Order: sequence, then structure tokens, then C-alpha cells
Amino acid sequence: MEVPVVRNILEANDRISAQLRKLFAERKVLVLNLISSPGSGKTSTLERTLTDLAPEFKMAVIEGDLRTDNDARRVAATGAQAVQINTDGACHLDSSMVQVALESIDIDGLDILFVENVGNLVCPAEFEVGEDYKVSLLSVTEGDDKPEKYPLLFAESAVMLLNKTDLLPYVDFDMARAERFARALNKDIAVFPVSCKTREGMGAWYDWLRARVREKKAA
Amino acid sequence: MHEMSIAQSLVAIIKEEMEKHGLTRLHAVRVCHGRLAALVPDALAFAFEACTLGTPMQGVRLELAEIPIVLRCSQCAQEFSPEQGDLFMPCPACGEGLGHEVLQGKELYLDNIEAE
Repeated sequence: MEVPVVRNILEANDRISAQLRKLFAERKVLVLNLISSPGSGKTSTLERTLTDLAPEFKMAVIEGDLRTDNDARRVAATGAQAVQINTDGACHLDSSMVQVALESIDIDGLDILFVENVGNLVCPAEFEVGEDYKVSLLSVTEGDDKPEKYPLLFAESAVMLLNKTDLLPYVDFDMARAERFARALNKDIAVFPVSCKTREGMGAWYDWLRARVREKKAA
Repeated sequence: MHEMSIAQSLVAIIKEEMEKHGLTRLHAVRVCHGRLAALVPDALAFAFEACTLGTPMQGVRLELAEIPIVLRCSQCAQEFSPEQGDLFMPCPACGEGLGHEVLQGKELYLDNIEAE
């Protein structure tokens, strides 16, 4: 006999994600799920952000990586709490991994928790980890058609950081084209061209973060 | 390869449903996936096979049905489906290209099981 089921296959992940979201709401911690390709500058952008905003906010990072703890060590050097999750080859973080990592983080008085996902534009978009917002990061060396090729991520992101703008003179990256593709399914996405190396444009990103922290505290 | 995570969750849900309905022999499983969910059917079939190997679920038929994308125009509210391979076509009614709402196409669910 045929039994109708109609159950979301990722419901177990979504359930834990909802629990995490409730915890973060109670503790008024802004949580951002940072997603990009490998090599687009997630960790460098985080290092810069953690360093520049250290006087204003208490921040922590959960680092997803396939195997190493290189990123967590780089991030910890900024003075922020950093916890490494090694996914052992898995292509994305899920909410249960974040739940376990949280046991090693002191969230008392924490303003922002960054979850640096595994470098991948496909799979992490499907797995919520209790975040308030997804932040996608695209570097100008990757090609301006990425939002067209990976529509779900850019449709779900509140922010698209366009990184490595200092390299724009050397690559054929059309900023307007990338932005247009991202806005097709997500008109209100905030787009910030930045260079985490030269700090150009980082101010607008920081202002966005400040506004979201204020909202979270007021909620 | 998030298909492996999906296959594992799928197997867990099937077990629960079988128990709930007092079923012991599974014949087929039907999964619906939206085009935006970026599921690779062959990869899921392979992962499902790997997850069920040597279990009573081994050899079960896995049917995959893709759900097309349906958008609602941000300007005139016309509903439309982008052509295959062209996610970014402007609204056929008014030409607006930005901010369309996704009504359908992100789904990923177990639709039904055939069992006794």
C-alpha cells in the first residue's frame, strides 16, 4: 500500500536550528552564517572584521573546515573566541555540529557569533545552523556569474560581500552583472564591495553589522 | 555531496513512518525536490543505495520527482515559471527582472512510501 508522508527531509536539522535560534534570541546574540567558495577570503575578511570591531563588540567564531584548524588559529589570533569543527570531509556544517561547538563557547555577553561555513556555494545553503542571516561572500577573481549558477545561496542571503575589489583592474568582473543576478531573486540583498586587504568598503559592512546588533539587542 | 546527509535523514524518516504505520516491507520511496534545492538525482540514488546496503531497505525503488520553479513577479504579481536553464528571465507580462518571489522550487520532502 502507498502511505502518504510529505515530510521535509531536513526536518531534523531544521528542528535543532530552531532550538539554537531560540537560545540566541534569549541571549541576544546576532548569528551570521558566512558562506563562500574556498579561497574567496572568508577567513581574511573575518580576521579584519574581528580586529576592527574588537573595541565595540564581543565576538566569537565557529570555524567549519574539512580537516585542518588553520583558520581557527588565524581567527583566535585576533583575540576572539574561536572553535573549530572538523567536518571530516562533509561539505557543509549542520545545526547539530554547531550545537556541539557551542559547548566550548562562552556566549555570556556575546554580541556576534560568526559561523564560517565550509567553502562551498551549494550545500551550506540547504542547512540552517540557527543563524539570523546568511552572508555570502564572492570574490572578484571567481567570476560575476556565480549568483546565476548558485541561485539558492544568493536568494537566501541578506548580504553579498564582493571581496578583493583591489584586484578589479586585473580581472573581467562586472560588478553590476553580479549584483543584477543576485537581485533577481532577492531584491533587498545588501551588496558591499570590499577589499579586506586594503580595508576599502569595509565601513559599510561594519555599519550593517552595527545596525543588526542594535536590532537584536532591542528585540 | 550533501546528498549523503539527505539520504541518511531520509532513511531515518522512512524508519519512523514504517513503525508508525506498522509496516515491515518497504517497496518504494518517492522524494520530491525543487529545482532550486540543487539535488543531484544520481548522487542521491547512489547515497541511498550506500546507506541501505545490507539493511532490509536494500534494493528499494527510489523515485525522484523534480518540482519546477514558480516565481511571482515583484511588480505585477504575475506568476510564471522560468524556462529550463534560465533562472533569470524577466517577467513575461511586464518585463520586470528583479526581486521575484519564489513560490515553488525550494522543496525537499519525502512524498510517500509504498510498503506493506
